[in-house]
Amino acid sequence: MTTSSLVEAADRSTVAPAPTPARSRRGAHPGRRWRRALTPVGLLLVWQAAAQTGRLPPEKLSAPSEVARAGWRLARDGTLGVHLLDSLTRAGIGLVIGGALALVLGAAAGLLRLGDDLVDPPVQMARMLPHLGLVPLLIIWVGIGESLKITLVALGAFFPIYFNTYAGIRDIDERLVEAARACGLGQLARLRHVVLPGALPSLFLGLRLALGAAWLSLVVGEQVNAQTGIGFLMMEAREFSQTEVVVLGLLVYALLGLLSDLALRMLERRTLTWRRGLQAR
Amino acid sequence: MATRTTGTLSTATTRPVVTAREVRRSFGGTVVLDDVDLAIDPGEVVALLGGSGSGKSTLLRILAGLDPDASGEISRMGSQAVVFQEHRLLPWKRVADNVSLGVTGGGVRERVAAALAEVGLADRGRSWPAELSGGQAQRVAVARALVREPALLLLDEPFGALDALTRLKMQTLFGRLRAEHNFAALLVTHDVDEALLLADRTLVLDGGRIVENAPVPLTRPRAADDPGFGPVRRHLLGRLGVQSGSDRGSAS
Repeated sequence: MTTSSLVEAADRSTVAPAPTPARSRRGAHPGRRWRRALTPVGLLLVWQAAAQTGRLPPEKLSAPSEVARAGWRLARDGTLGVHLLDSLTRAGIGLVIGGALALVLGAAAGLLRLGDDLVDPPVQMARMLPHLGLVPLLIIWVGIGESLKITLVALGAFFPIYFNTYAGIRDIDERLVEAARACGLGQLARLRHVVLPGALPSLFLGLRLALGAAWLSLVVGEQVNAQTGIGFLMMEAREFSQTEVVVLGLLVYALLGLLSDLALRMLERRTLTWRRGLQAR
Repeated sequence: MATRTTGTLSTATTRPVVTAREVRRSFGGTVVLDDVDLAIDPGEVVALLGGSGSGKSTLLRILAGLDPDASGEISRMGSQAVVFQEHRLLPWKRVADNVSLGVTGGGVRERVAAALAEVGLADRGRSWPAELSGGQAQRVAVARALVREPALLLLDEPFGALDALTRLKMQTLFGRLRAEHNFAALLVTHDVDEALLLADRTLVLDGGRIVENAPVPLTRPRAADDPGFGPVRRHLLGRLGVQSGSDRGSAS
């Protein structure tokens, strides 16, 4: 009796005021945000200064202004857009193939005992292979064309989504499923109202990890005989010693990762409002 | 008290809302329920008492149809609803959507609103379960059961996880709802006072069998400090293997 009331009291105290301190702390130090920007901006300035004074040889590392100029030039003549679109297409197709496969197999292994027994062991074994190390084998299997890049991305995206689908389903509170059954929900309705929403936070995590793996796979894949894409842009620039374009390519890759993660986090926030229920009030 | 009988069905004049015959359940080699017979009449509140591990929750789950591995014969008349010890609300659904879960037919929204109003939470329909206190969440669970207009309400230690004050309020609420809706109820509890306060009849489960089946010989309305409580409480506590019950009995 005493423990339960203590627990409840503790619950209440952690529940209500939790979101406020963080917000008020940020409000108390309005300069903090600017202070955090100090080092990156400073480093950029040092880089620029070192390049302009000639201490940094331009063929090793171009000045930030040179990189920006290259970006502007390639964006204006459309080159950047074309290559970016090709890279995005590869990542998109690979993600859809790998993700769909992972979702189906992960759900089968998570929901059905038979699926667990048949699917999970080989996936667990395959997980130990570094998928980027498969490039030589994949070249023998699918050649050096588009299928290689897409296969690599699909492989990279598969594992995080598979494991998080599986874990998300397994972690659902069995008591909630039972309560839904007591409410008269059939198997399909339970999947829709309990299993899917219950596994969704885990699915989002899997998708975010998969995005990271997809970009990484793309970087590696596009260095093998690509005719288009950001990776091709970089390899071509290396041959002509255009360091600023190589750096630009790196920057584009980084931005792709950052923006996709941001977009996914926004989607997650809008979908999982119930998790922020306390703040939403 | 003289009319107390052991282990038999109540002599019903109307058809019971639930009848269980020869219910058996074992986990591994351990027999938890051993030929349990039970019947609950319409509108009757039956308290099922027993120590921890006596199988009372197991029996409730079997009656609710949630245990496919039990043997025996269960026949049900009319609808059922279950309230568990934990509220078991789906955290990703708003309160009103939790209450309406699985409810079919017309006017669902109005019925949900009415059920929430009855438990005093008319204005919390748009809240998330995480925003509620323990007592509020449990009242939503009661509303979720009420909206199904059950002929039989199965309650598995429904107030056990609440603090003492909230529990008293919930017991009063239960009494009021029961008077208004006239549902039958099986109340699994380990709290003898709660059983005497709310039930028409008490069952005691021990060693997998119902060892006691007796009406509560107290008039309504009841209060825990009624003089009649003492002897009955002492007797039930004795049945449950608590010998120091005499002190509590004479104290009130």
